[in-house]
Order: sequence, then structure tokens, then C-alpha cells
Amino acid sequence: MAVLLLAEITDGALSMDATAKAVAASAPLGDVTVLAVGSKAKDAAAEAATIAGVAKVLVAEDAIYGHRLAEPTAALIVSLAGNYSHIVAPATTDAKNILPRVAALLDVMVLSDVTSVVDADTFERPIYAGNAMQTVKSKDETKVITFRTSTFEAAATGGAAPVEDVAAAENPGLSEWLEDKVAESDRPELTSAKIVVSGGRGVGSEEDFAIIEALADKLGAAVGASRAAVDSGFAPNDWQVGQTGKVVAPDLYIACGISGAIQHLAGMKDSKVIVAINKDEEAPIFQVADFGLVADLFEAVPELTGKV
Amino acid sequence: MKVLVPVKRVIDYNVKVRVKADGSGVDLANVKMSMNPFDEIAVEEAIRLKEAGKASEVIVVSIGVKQAQETLRTGLAMGADRAILVTAAEDVHEDIEPLAVAKILAAIVKEEEPGLVICGKQAIDNDLGATGQMLAALTGLAQATNANTLEVADDSATVAREVDGGLQTIKVSLPAIVTTDLRLNEPRYASLPNIMKAKKKPLDEKTPADYGVDVSPRLEVVKTAEPAARAAGIMVGSVDELVAKLKDAGAI
Repeated sequence: MAVLLLAEITDGALSMDATAKAVAASAPLGDVTVLAVGSKAKDAAAEAATIAGVAKVLVAEDAIYGHRLAEPTAALIVSLAGNYSHIVAPATTDAKNILPRVAALLDVMVLSDVTSVVDADTFERPIYAGNAMQTVKSKDETKVITFRTSTFEAAATGGAAPVEDVAAAENPGLSEWLEDKVAESDRPELTSAKIVVSGGRGVGSEEDFAIIEALADKLGAAVGASRAAVDSGFAPNDWQVGQTGKVVAPDLYIACGISGAIQHLAGMKDSKVIVAINKDEEAPIFQVADFGLVADLFEAVPELTGKV
Repeated sequence: MKVLVPVKRVIDYNVKVRVKADGSGVDLANVKMSMNPFDEIAVEEAIRLKEAGKASEVIVVSIGVKQAQETLRTGLAMGADRAILVTAAEDVHEDIEPLAVAKILAAIVKEEEPGLVICGKQAIDNDLGATGQMLAALTGLAQATNANTLEVADDSATVAREVDGGLQTIKVSLPAIVTTDLRLNEPRYASLPNIMKAKKKPLDEKTPADYGVDVSPRLEVVKTAEPAARAAGIMVGSVDELVAKLKDAGAI
């Protein structure tokens, strides 16, 4: 058995956390070959080669991979697929765009957001926004999997795997990149942050999200939001924590003005310590919180910011 | 240009999910079912394209149990022109996998030649998030997933996509497959006159055999279980007490 793992690379930089967690998740499945794809990918490949448990790194550096468009990247993976029993990646928006395409090209099903490996054919994954956990056994010859990174510990570094170039595959030329609008932020990345401070509908407006951000900055935390807050336009979509957004499992999660809809809980209930601040004592968020405070967030959050 | 919109009948998003005692799956007997919320956004976007004069016809298609006809009628009441029902399952607990769905849709795309297919980014039951990408693969068409905005020109579409860290804007050649994210639009409610009118709109009934597709699953469900519950915590009375508890727990 052998695993081909698509490394998470953005503008030439390796996302060490997501990639190392996917390496750890893949360890029981066989030798792990990491595939580094990008218009610049050599540095990322060298870094990926240091992840413990990586047997080999393949680099495909070509302008056509500059923005991880699904069609050329999927074509490249399919061109390499013959040598592997498992094709995997961390469940990022990039991988979730690319791997289902790869699976269909190979005439196999995809297993999304896998949280546990039972054996080489059998995997556990959440369904119904995490309200049920399903164990499924794949009958396909090649398994195509995205791993939910929040449930795996990152593999250590200290390895020194060999790095090899691979040729670019033919570009189907169906799509073209125009622009990235990336929010500039000094804050840690949401899915790998040790602390996350999130605001919900109770925050009331985009301007008032500043009090959530102030607490986050004081704690060196990432900022999250509930789907209700995103839907109401208080926060950008990439802050969304939940089944339809990001799944996080920080050491500390502070939910402010979040009622705790099922779909939000699915995105944060694996956090180590959960704090809920809400003025509605009946809010379901209190049922999962380690520490609950019934209070007006406009008073309690600034006070907390002052005292931590 | 025709626009094709696949819609799925799923458990209503407000209904509490219960795992069946025998672990075979989630109990869907006698629970309220609705159109998958991301598919509603897809139908809305297609209708807006028609209202803007960019689409000539909106076709909704559903693959599943025969009761999915109700979901198709909802799409017709919102403003779609006609519907295709592919009855592929007898029992509501039988989920047709995205790969089989994509194969049937690929055959329909070949037949109908739509300029655009708009799918929901994921169904809220199996949460696989794969149908759109798989359809794009099988038809050899471009894909633009997680659309935040969609602008359609003569032979291309510009799509801003929700990605980790922000938005990515790409241009895809038409025909293309687009999947919807939350912020693309707010779906309309069907009015009573439109609900009445929808009953008279054409609805074709098909089977997977009509398209030569085998829908037998590739994934065998071994078991379905309730997620591990979190132990109840404690309530604190003040911010000072909260800070003290967090320090005790080593969380800050």
C-alpha cells in the first residue's frame, strides 16, 4: 500500500500544520509520498521533506499550477495515481475542490472530512453536520480521502525524505485565475490557532465585532464567527466556524453571543476548553461549555479583555 | 442558454437528527423533508439569470426517491420551467452516492446541453460536497466551486469563490459547473399563485436505467453512531470568576 498526499501550499508556502496532520492521519495506510504542486513549490517541497513519516516528496513546479486551479491539478494527480492505493489531502477548500474531481476521473467515490482511520478500507466521518458519525467501508480500488485536520495531531519534523521532480500534466485549459482577495491579518490562522474568539448574531453589527477582535488580539487568538453572524454580514465567510465553514479544535474557544446552533457546534465541539458568554441562559451553547457566563457580551467581553 | 439545477430532497435543516437504534443510519421515517438549502440558492441564482435575460430556460432535476417530486415542485414554484425526476431509490434511507448522481447528471447534460449547471456545494445529509466537482470531471467541463458571486458573459463566467483566507476570482469557459456557497444570494419564497402554477409545469419521470447508470453504492455503511457527548461544565457568576477558572485550567 502507498499513499499520495497533496500538500497544502499557498503562493509557494507550505501550510505545515495542515500537511503534517494529514501525514499523521495517513501513517497507518502505507508509505507516504507528498506531492508539492505550484508555480513555486521547491521550498515547500523541501520543508515537507522534513515531516517525520514522509518517504518521498514529488515536486510539480509549473506556471499552470500557480493558483491551484482544480482542472490542471486534478489532471496531474490522475497522471500519478496508478502507483498509489490512497490519494489523500487535508480537508482544505483547495483539496475539497480538487479531490472529488480526481475521484470521478478514477471512477471511485470520495471520502470527505475523514476523522478516523479504522483500516485501509474503512473510515469514520461525520454526517448531518456532525450529528452522527458514520463508519464506511470502501469497495473501490483507490481510496480518495480528505482528512479533517482538527482531529489529528501533527506529525513531528526531523525527517529527511528525498525530493524528486515530476513532469507537469497536460493543462485542460478550462479555467483561468483572475484575482485573489486575501484578508491581510497578523492573527493566527483559524484552523491552527491555539485560541479562537468567536462572535455570533448577538454581536449585532460589523462595527461591534471590534470588541470580539480586541479580545482575540489581547489573547493572540484567531477570530471566528457563527453562520448567523456571517449571514447577517457582520463577519467575512472565511471566519465561519461550523459544518458549512471551518472546523476548529483549539485549546481554548470563547463563544460570544453565539446561541449554539447544531451546525456551529459541529465546528468547535472538539475544542479542549469552551467558554460561552451569552445573555440567554437557555442558549444551547451552555450545554457544551466548560465555563458559562450569563451576561451582556457588550459588558463582559471588554471586561474580560481588560483582565486577561 | 439553458441552466440545469440538480436539487436534493434532504431532512429539513431545522429537524433534530436521530440515529436509528440499530446503528444502520439516521431515522428519516415521518420527518419533515425539504430542498437542500444550498440547492435552493442554486435554483434562485438560475432564476435570476433567467430574469436578467441571460438564461432561456431553467430545468430542475432530482435523483432519489419518487417523493423528490415535491422538491422539484418547490423548484418549479420558485420559477424553474420544467423538471426531471430520476427515481433511483425505493426507500428514503437509501442515499444515492455523488458518483452515481454525477453519472446520471452527465448523461442529462449530454442530452439537454445546458450552458451552465448550478449545484449546491454540499448536501446537508451526507456532507460529502462532491457532486459538482464529479460532474465537471465526467463531462470534462470547468468547475467553479463555492461561488460567492457569479457573472455570466457570452462564452465564459466569472466566479468569486469562497476559499480559505478570502476570495479567489476565476474565469471559466462555458459550459461550466458552478457550486453555490451561502452568500451567493437569498432564495425567494414561492408565492401561492406560483405554487398553483407549478403543479401544471412539465415533470419528466426517468430511471437510472434510461441513462445506463448503475447506482449501486461504492461505500458500505458499517455503522452509524451518535457523536460523543461533552460532559456538562459549570456556570460562573462574573468575569473575575471566569478569569480565575481559566487560569486554574491552564487555558490562559
